[in-house]
Amino acid sequence: MKPGNLNLQRMWGPGLAFVILALLATLPLYASAYSIILVTDILMFVILALSWALFSAPTGYISLAPAAFFGVGIYTSAILGRQLPLPLVVFLGGLISFCLALLVGALTLRLRGIYFAMFTFGLVELIKHFWLWYEIKFTGTRGRFVVVVDQQTIYLIMFTIFVLLLLTTYLIRRSRLGLALRSIGECEEAAAHIGVNVNVLKTLTFALSAIFIGAAGSVIATRWTYVDPYIAFNPLYSFMAVLMAIFGGIGHPYGPILGAVIFAYLEEILLTRFPYYYMLIFGVVLIITVLYLPEGLIGLMTKTRKRLAGGQDAPA
Amino acid sequence: MPLLEGKGVTRYFGGLAAVQNVDFHVDQGEIVGLIGPNGAGKTTLFNLISGALVPQSGEIKFKGANITGLKPHVICRRGIARTFQLVRVFPNMSVLENVLMGVLFGKPDSHTMDQAREEAERWLDFVGLSAVKGLPARSLTLANQKRLEVARALATGPELLLLDELMAGLNPTEVAQAMELVSRIWEQGITIFMVEHVMKAIMGVCNRIMVLHHGEKIAEGTPQEIATSRTVIEIYLGE
Repeated sequence: MKPGNLNLQRMWGPGLAFVILALLATLPLYASAYSIILVTDILMFVILALSWALFSAPTGYISLAPAAFFGVGIYTSAILGRQLPLPLVVFLGGLISFCLALLVGALTLRLRGIYFAMFTFGLVELIKHFWLWYEIKFTGTRGRFVVVVDQQTIYLIMFTIFVLLLLTTYLIRRSRLGLALRSIGECEEAAAHIGVNVNVLKTLTFALSAIFIGAAGSVIATRWTYVDPYIAFNPLYSFMAVLMAIFGGIGHPYGPILGAVIFAYLEEILLTRFPYYYMLIFGVVLIITVLYLPEGLIGLMTKTRKRLAGGQDAPA
Repeated sequence: MPLLEGKGVTRYFGGLAAVQNVDFHVDQGEIVGLIGPNGAGKTTLFNLISGALVPQSGEIKFKGANITGLKPHVICRRGIARTFQLVRVFPNMSVLENVLMGVLFGKPDSHTMDQAREEAERWLDFVGLSAVKGLPARSLTLANQKRLEVARALATGPELLLLDELMAGLNPTEVAQAMELVSRIWEQGITIFMVEHVMKAIMGVCNRIMVLHHGEKIAEGTPQEIATSRTVIEIYLGE
């Protein structure tokens, strides 16, 4: 292979990413109102899947807590949205989620495997019912109205959260922190015995990933106009995050992004074109993924590329 | 002052005394062997020293400082490294990355990534794994995975190395190579405390041997003394 060829190959990944980011950043200048709403939705799911993967992919701890942090973000917006400017509300949504995750992580990250997954799932239900009790007892109503914000602002804030998350993911993967997180997933006991402070590292990364989920919840709440605990703390958001990430492939950072984009877009198409079959088709796609694509779409792409490359290497 | 010292170290699992009231010490520059029948508490004692388990009573001191109940990562950074009875490499990380982890996290001083990589390569060279540094650790043979664990432990810069059955499952050639490796580690000025079942190995390299039985220390001495001790022979062969 010629060196120029190699350079081109190495450059096309970051190059493509840059072009897509530039197109997304300028979207409000040329896209229709509908496209902006659609892309905002897709970005929200990308943030959910990517932040889930930030902690769970390297460490192997399957968290079902995203819906809890998402709901905390939503309620931050519902409670403070009228008094404070939106960027500050979003920041607070992230911060409160971070604190909650820090507390939960410190208490539960010694649980392993299925126990951790069960606890984090229980957390969502716990907060939902606690909040329902609080609202009815002290405010007398089940739901709240959220301040309305224009779609362009919502989009731009969502995009900013996405870019920050992408940057965080990239920096962690490249750093020794990324290596340490992987070592925890590979063999936690050995990691601890060669000097990795596993508990602090797990808790901090778990909390870090919650920031982005909480922030995304705070922004999207302004579009929903009305929320109640059932809407805000819907465990479906936890499952969606996990499924999208696994569908795309968690071995590579682009996996969860790809999975979320396809899933979210598919949802939109299916929901509008086949409202009656949407859940059915969704289910079939999932089963096929789990059965035939254990490494997700990214795994499939890598395999295909290797096969193609193998074919080209054969003497002509 | 001994490098490592334990006084009355005790750990129960339910009603079973895995390690009971054991006193021990390891001096700077020694190679001390720890033997005993299966279930004697050898690995439990190592787990108590390395912080994987906390003793219910007793005290463990390293370089004069109490380390009882400290977390494993703290004990590692104080200068005690270990390997595991069943190998615990990071299977999907490369051989080099495995050792790199030890350099980056095992000691208090900080490195740039390049320095750390260089040091990791030196340790791989030391144990003879340079040729396979790019392979995932899971693809190595058992003997090489054990070497990798040793390199990873050495990379944390220990003064004391705990080797838990380094020779188990190795063929005679590999045992000889492992014995040679132990001697070379000792020549680096690292004190060694090792659990071993392969008698030839333990008699060949140790200055002093401790014998555990049912969680209690029943004998201690030079390899000759242990090999001729009536109590030890009775335990291993029956009366």
